[in-house]
Amino acid sequence: MVVGAVPRLLPGVVGFAEEICITLQAWSFGAATRLRFQTLTGNDPGMEFGPHLLLAVLEGAVGAAVLALTALGLSLVFGVMRVVNVAHGEFYMLGAVVAWFVASVIAGHPALGFVAALVIAPLAAAVVAMVADRLVLKPVAYDPEATIVGTIGILYILQQAALMWFGPEARPVEPPFNHRIALPWYDWAAGEWFYPWGLSTTSYKLFVIAAAVVILLAFWAVLTRSRIGLIMRATQLDRETALAFGIPVGRVYSLVFGLGAGLAALAAVLIVPIQQAHYLMGGDPLLLSFIVVIIGGLGSVRGTVVAALLIGMSDGIISVFLSPTLSKILATLLVALVLVFRPQGLFGTRAA
Amino acid sequence: MIRDLGLHLALIAVLFVLGLTLPDYHQGNMARILVLATYAVGYNVLFGYTGLLSLGHAMFFAAGMYGLGLVMQHGGWSPVPAFIAGLVSAALLSVIVAVLALRTVGVAFMIVTLMFSQSAFLTILYFGTWTRGDEGFVIPQAARQVAGLDLTDPVTRYMAALALFSVALLLVLWLVRRQEGAVLIGIRENEERTRMLGYNVLSHKILAVVMSGTLSGAAGAGYALLFGYVGATFASVQYSIFPLLWVLLGGAGTTIGPLVGAVFMFYLIDYSSGLTNAYMLIAGVVLVLLTLFARAGIMGEVRKRWAPWLP
Amino acid sequence: MTQSFKTNRRTLIKGAAAGGVLAAAPLVSRFAQAQSSAPIRIGFQQHVTGIGAAYGRWYGRTTDAAVKKINDEGGINGRMIEIIAEDDGTDPKRGAEVVGKFASQHDCDVAFGTLFSHVVYGSAPAAGELKLPYFVVSEGHHVASGALNRYTMQPGITDVKSQVQAMAPYVAENLGKKVTMIFPDFAFGHDHRDYFTAAIEAQGGEVLEHIAIPPTETSFTKYFPKIPRETEVVYHVMVGPAVLTFVKEMGEFFGPSKPAIFGFIDSLEAVDMTSPGLEFLDGTYFWEGMPRYAQADQTEYDKAFRAAVGVDDNGASVSDPRDVSTYAHMFGCWETLHIIKAGMEASDYAGPQDRAKLIEAIEAMTELAESFEHPQGPKLFNGKTHQVFGVQYISKVENGKLVKVHTTSIEDTQYPDEADYTTMAF
Repeated sequence: MVVGAVPRLLPGVVGFAEEICITLQAWSFGAATRLRFQTLTGNDPGMEFGPHLLLAVLEGAVGAAVLALTALGLSLVFGVMRVVNVAHGEFYMLGAVVAWFVASVIAGHPALGFVAALVIAPLAAAVVAMVADRLVLKPVAYDPEATIVGTIGILYILQQAALMWFGPEARPVEPPFNHRIALPWYDWAAGEWFYPWGLSTTSYKLFVIAAAVVILLAFWAVLTRSRIGLIMRATQLDRETALAFGIPVGRVYSLVFGLGAGLAALAAVLIVPIQQAHYLMGGDPLLLSFIVVIIGGLGSVRGTVVAALLIGMSDGIISVFLSPTLSKILATLLVALVLVFRPQGLFGTRAA
Repeated sequence: MIRDLGLHLALIAVLFVLGLTLPDYHQGNMARILVLATYAVGYNVLFGYTGLLSLGHAMFFAAGMYGLGLVMQHGGWSPVPAFIAGLVSAALLSVIVAVLALRTVGVAFMIVTLMFSQSAFLTILYFGTWTRGDEGFVIPQAARQVAGLDLTDPVTRYMAALALFSVALLLVLWLVRRQEGAVLIGIRENEERTRMLGYNVLSHKILAVVMSGTLSGAAGAGYALLFGYVGATFASVQYSIFPLLWVLLGGAGTTIGPLVGAVFMFYLIDYSSGLTNAYMLIAGVVLVLLTLFARAGIMGEVRKRWAPWLP
Repeated sequence: MTQSFKTNRRTLIKGAAAGGVLAAAPLVSRFAQAQSSAPIRIGFQQHVTGIGAAYGRWYGRTTDAAVKKINDEGGINGRMIEIIAEDDGTDPKRGAEVVGKFASQHDCDVAFGTLFSHVVYGSAPAAGELKLPYFVVSEGHHVASGALNRYTMQPGITDVKSQVQAMAPYVAENLGKKVTMIFPDFAFGHDHRDYFTAAIEAQGGEVLEHIAIPPTETSFTKYFPKIPRETEVVYHVMVGPAVLTFVKEMGEFFGPSKPAIFGFIDSLEAVDMTSPGLEFLDGTYFWEGMPRYAQADQTEYDKAFRAAVGVDDNGASVSDPRDVSTYAHMFGCWETLHIIKAGMEASDYAGPQDRAKLIEAIEAMTELAESFEHPQGPKLFNGKTHQVFGVQYISKVENGKLVKVHTTSIEDTQYPDEADYTTMAF
C-alpha cells in the first residue's frame, strides 16, 4: 500500500530537484546577461535574466523601504522598553485604515487627501498607542511575559474595532500621482539600449523608496543628534541610571511607544496606495518586522535597514530562478539559518 | 508526591465521569478541548518549565497531523501504525529544530522557531498534490476504527481524547518530579547558575524541545484521527499562538494550567460569540484584564495564593 | 425525537417552576400542538470574521432576504424559518465546532452557508457524524469529488471544476490558444490549474506556463516576468484581500501592449470596478457566476432578486454605492434556501427524524427552471454527486462595467460522475 503512493509522489520530488538544478545552472551562467534557461515546461521564459533581476530588485526595494520603517518602530519599542509589541502590526493596519478615512473625506485632488493622511494617520496611531501604554503596559511595569499577553489582547481589540467600523473589505486609496515608467536596458550583444518587454515601475513606487530613505535619515539624525534621541538612547542603555539622572522614564516610554506606532502607521500610509487597507493586513508586517529587528540587531538603524533589504528582496530575487512558493520557503529558511549561525544578528548587540 | 499523583488521578476521574454525563454539545467540545489541551501540555514543557518561548509549535502539531494523515490517505495505513508515524515525524522534526534553533536564545529563538514553522506551512502548500494544501483532506469515518472501537462515536472519541490527555499529563508530572524536571526549571530561573552547577544545559534543552514537540505532534495526530480532518490551517502562525495563550491563561509552569486555559478560552469565545459578533473584542479585553490582574495565569494565581505545593 | 423529548423536559421544568407539577400537564399538550408551527431552525455557518468576512457579510444579507421572502410567502410546510447564525472565523476547526453547536446546542434542523472550502472540509466530518444535513455554498469541487459524506450537499452553486472547464471553448475560440495561468498556490488555485489545463488542451490549446502565487503574498509584479512572451491569453484567478493590488500591478506590468486577459471575477469580487488603477481592465474578460451589472436583457427574476437583497444595477448596496457585493457567489445562499424549502415540502419534513427523507427528496431533484427561486439561471441537480450544474457567464469590461458576452450551456459544465453518495448509508 505504501509503495502505491511512491509513483504519485515521484513527479513532485523530481520537479523539486529539477528546479534546484535550474537554479544552479542559472547561477553558474549568471554573468551572461541575456541568459535563456529552460523552464520545466520547456518554454522560453518571459523576460531576459537581467531585466527580470532588475525588476525583482526594484519591487523588493519598495517592500524593503516600507518594511524598514515598520521594523524601525518595532526596534525602538523593543530596544528602549524591552517590550515585545505583538500589536505592532495593528498600528500599521490602523495607519492604513485612517489613511483611507482621511482620503475619502477630503475631496479634490488625491494628493490633498494623501498629504493629510501622512500627517493624521501616524498621529492617530501614536495617540492610540500611548493610551494603550498607560492603560495596559505601565500597570504591569513592562514585565516581558505580561506585555506579550497584554499586547495580544490589544491586537484583538484593534482588529475587531477595525472590522466593526471599517468593514471586512479591502479598500483602496488613490495615489497622489502614478505614472508607468518603462525602463531601458543595455544589450551587450547588439551594443544598444532598448526597452525590454514588461520592465517598468511607477513613479509612485519610486516615491515610496525616496520617502522612506528621507524618513530614515531624519530619524537617524534625531536619534543621534538631538536631546530627545540622547534621552531615548540613555533609557535604552540603562533604565536605572536614566532614572537617577532625572529622566522621566515613564514619559519617555509613552513617547517611544507612540513613536513606534507612528512609524508603523507612516509606513502603512506610504504603502496603501499600492496595496489596500484591510483589517487583517497587520499580520505580515508584524512577523517580517520581528525578523528584521532580530536579524538587524537591536538598536541599530543601519542593521535594520540592511536586514529590511535582505528580507524584502530575498524572496523576489530567488523567485527569478524558482517557483514563487519554493522561493518563499527557501528565503525563509535562509534567513532562519542566518540567525541560527549568527544569533546576535548581522549588526548590533546580542538580542535579549 | 502522593498528593500530586492523587490530585491528577482525581482530575482524570472527574473528566472520565464528565465524559459520561455531559450533554452532547459539551461532551463534543470537551473531547476537542482535551486534544488541544494535550497540545498545550506539550507546549508548556518548553515554555512553562524550561522558559523557552517558541512561536513555531504549529509545525510539530502539523507534523503529527500530516504524519498520520498522509500515510492513512495515500498509504492506506490503519490508525495505530499511522499514529506512530505521526509521533515519529514530530519527534524527528523536533530533533532537527532543537539542534538548530537552540543555538539561539530569547527573542531570536522565538523568531527562528517562527520561521521554521512558516517554512513548514509553505512546504505543505507547495506539495499540494498530496496534502491538498489549505483545503486539506478528510479521513473517512470508515478508516477511523481501532480494534473494533469506532472513534467517531462520541463517547469512544471522548475517552480516546481523555486517554491521550492523561498520558501527556502524567508524563509531564513524572518529568517535573524527576531531576530532569528540576534542571529544566533551573534553566528557566537561571541558566548560568544551572550550568555552573555542572548540568548539561544544552542536552536538557534538547530533551525539552523533543518532548514538547512530540507531545504536540501526538495532539496533532490525535486531532486528525478523532475529528477526521487534516489541513494546512493547523500549521499556520495562529495555531502557534494558541497554545501560548492557553498556557499563559491557565498558568505557565503548572501541570493543570494548560487544560484550564484551553477550557477557559474555548468557552469564552463560544459563549461570547452567542452574545455578539464582536467576540474577539471580548477575548481581547479578557486578555488585557488577565494581564493586569492575574499575571501568573489562573492556576498560577491559585498556586501563588492558596496551594504553593501545586506542581 | 431527542429534540422533542428535551424540549418537553424543559417545558416540564418551566411548568413546575411556574406553579407546581399539576399545572404542567396542560402546558405539555399545548406545546405538542405548537410543535407543528414551531419554526424550522436553520444553522447559518457564516464567515463573520477572518479572511472570508467580505463574503460572509453579503452571504448574510442574501440569506436574510431569502428567509424574509420565504416566510412572507408562508414559510416551509406552514412553519417559519429561523436563522441561527454562528461565526466560523473562516477557520476549519471553529467550523466543525459550529456544526456541533448547530446539531446539539441549537437543535437546528439543517445547517448551511459555508463558502471557503477548507472550512467545508473541516466541518463536513462533524456534519456526517452528527447526521446533520449540511448545505454548502462554496463552489469547491469537494462535494462532487466524493470526498465528503451523504449529509453534505451543494445544490445552490456550481463547482469550480464545471465553471473552469466551461470557459475553455470560449477562451480558445475568441481569445487565443496559448495561455498562461496565474493562480494562488493552494487547493482552489490548483483546481483551476488542473481542470482548465485539461479543458484547454481538449480545445486544441495549451498552457505555456503555470504561475502559482504563494498565499498571503501582497506584491505581485516580481512574478509577472515569468509570463512567456508568446502568451496570447493570461488567465488569472486570485482570492483574498490583495486581489486589487494583483490586478492593478498586472495592468502596470503590461502597460499598453497587453495580451488578452481572462479572469475569474473572484479576482475582483467585492471590489469596485471603478477603483483607481483598474482602467486598464477595459476590454478584458471575466467569468461571472451571475452578472454583477444589470444587463440589457436582464430577467425579471434578476430584477426582483436585486430588489429583495438591496443591490443596485451596478451590483453595489442600494444604501452605499461603494459597498460592492459578492454578486457572483451570493445567489447561492438564496437558491440553496429555496432548495431546502422544496426538499422539506417534498418530504413532508416534520423534524430531525425526517433528515434522511429530506436528503433523499433533494437527491431526487433534477431540473430546476430559471425562476425567482433560481434567479442565476436554469440548473440541473445531480443527486448522485450532490452537486448542481448550471449555466456560466462571460462578461467583457466596457467603460468600467461588466457586459455579458457569452452564456455557456449546462452541457459545457458537465463532467462524468466521480461519486455516488446515494449508495452510502445514512
